[in-house]
Amino acid sequence: MSHPTGARINADLLRPLLLTSWRFYLLIAFFGFFVVAGLLAWFSQMFFGFGISGIRWPVYWGFYVTNFVFWIGISHAGTLISAILRLVNAGWRRPVTRCAEVITVFALMIGAMFPIIHLGRPWLAFWLFPYPSERLIWPNFRSPLVWDFFAINTYLTGSLLFLLLPIIPDFAVVRDKTTGIRRKIYAALALGWRGTPKQWHRLETAMQIMAIAIIPVAVSVHTIVSFDFSMAPVPMWNTTIFGPYFVAGAIFSGIAGLIIAMAVLRKFLHLEDYLHPVHFENLGKLLLVMGLLWGYFVFNERLVTYYGNGPAEMTVFRRTQSGTFAPLYWTMVICNFVMPLVIMGIRKFRTITGCVIASFGVVIGMWLERFLIIVPSLGAKYLPYSFGIYRPRPAEIIITAATFAAMCLMYVLFAKAIPIISIWELKAGEHPAPGLIPPATEEHRLGDLHL
Amino acid sequence: MKAVYGLYNDGQSAQQAFNRLKAAGIAPSDITVLTAQPMEEYEFGNLDKATYMWWFACLGGLIGMSTGYALSYLTEHAWEMDVGGLPIFAWWPNLIVMFELTMLGAITATVATLVITALLPTKGRNLYDPEVTDGKILIGVENPPDGSIADLERSLSAPPGARVKRAP
Repeated sequence: MSHPTGARINADLLRPLLLTSWRFYLLIAFFGFFVVAGLLAWFSQMFFGFGISGIRWPVYWGFYVTNFVFWIGISHAGTLISAILRLVNAGWRRPVTRCAEVITVFALMIGAMFPIIHLGRPWLAFWLFPYPSERLIWPNFRSPLVWDFFAINTYLTGSLLFLLLPIIPDFAVVRDKTTGIRRKIYAALALGWRGTPKQWHRLETAMQIMAIAIIPVAVSVHTIVSFDFSMAPVPMWNTTIFGPYFVAGAIFSGIAGLIIAMAVLRKFLHLEDYLHPVHFENLGKLLLVMGLLWGYFVFNERLVTYYGNGPAEMTVFRRTQSGTFAPLYWTMVICNFVMPLVIMGIRKFRTITGCVIASFGVVIGMWLERFLIIVPSLGAKYLPYSFGIYRPRPAEIIITAATFAAMCLMYVLFAKAIPIISIWELKAGEHPAPGLIPPATEEHRLGDLHL
Repeated sequence: MKAVYGLYNDGQSAQQAFNRLKAAGIAPSDITVLTAQPMEEYEFGNLDKATYMWWFACLGGLIGMSTGYALSYLTEHAWEMDVGGLPIFAWWPNLIVMFELTMLGAITATVATLVITALLPTKGRNLYDPEVTDGKILIGVENPPDGSIADLERSLSAPPGARVKRAP
């Protein structure tokens, strides 16, 4: 049976770049509509003031900070997973890494927008930057918000470079396969790539160093995002478990986001010869492990709070377990724990469809988790005079929906401009014949598979 | 730039051509090798392997860490803010800033080293053939001495399936 070789890989993976169907324009129009709606909602919030949102005393962090934490979490799909798989030299990573790295960059961009959206006057966002301002207020380096600035920018820069470096040889492929203005653009982007042994060695060494550097940065980013909460004396926030709990949750939601993206790409770009059931199965197993880890952290957090029996903590505890927020809380538990456990734990359900269903559940569950960390605690602080409720208003809901559309829009545009699977890495891995790939549900030894 | 080169379908043929060029007295550093993917299992794929990139990454990290220390120390001492009883220069929180800038420095230095050492054009060495993109392996010599071209062509055409070309 023939399997994808150099020329065939080029043809298959360059097809989305060279041919444009009406579906592409339809997708752009569809997602673009939501993005424009989100921008209008944001502009109206700037024009009419923050009063049109549901954010008011005492719950100053609502949907926007939920989205911030959620998208930073989703960003862990890419660079972290890709870096780990590169370092352990997992052969099956080759078709997966770029799909994942793209998620990181776009999710970080969207996540980093939310502190700015959350500002009433976003044109003063530069006040957040650590520089001596004319008001003689220097940034407070002991504030988690300044740590966020450093961590997110380092991670975004690192992830962007981690994504771009292995694209350079693929830019050269596109350069050689296009004509006219496109050829000129891709030639400039290829930075004179020819494929000499020196260039390959330097690129691989650079990717190795970047992989080593980016893993602790990725872990630090979500730990620091958790510090935004755990450094504050708010019931159920001021806990040491938040760092690893947030990191585990971020990887969990990141894997789910990656599975969904891969399934969509496989279906719409006809990449069945490259993204095999075994890739989904492996990611599904990771999803299962992270689901169990998430359950372990939640149990720890809940049991310690319950045992401590502090009045303020127990107020929040009861609001989420059996009070106003109980429907959301138990939906979260079902989505994040029960669904992955059942679907990914039973081998015959561990198909592409099963992985996608479980992943959608996890994405919903992890968004709810962020919401349930923020809102119930802020609405029930230590003194009853500061109790309050939060109801999201249309502006926040539209902006939230728009960010999901923006993610899809950027992903579609990226897949249109750049090969979504790394061409040279696939060639280097000697892509196997489909006959060599075991069915998703069949027991197999990855070590014997040179995927 | 003038050049003579052969295009090969597989690594073994390319290695044969590489060996014949060496036997003809061409230094490995003067042989141009172009491939569509890394081919470290062959000798021709292991040219120019030595690099100081790791050291430059460490240096970049060191510079980043120093910058982080200087930024936090100088900023906090220039405008002394008492926050929650913490010292003016508190190590624990500042370690976060220093860590992030260390990593940023290492990453930036790595990328700069890659660009400077591998992507900037080398004078007189710009041989390329788009067939490399389709999986052909290019082995050739750029700016060969005029009298040696015929010999080089013979060496390059010896392996099975070879197609020898001249540029321009």
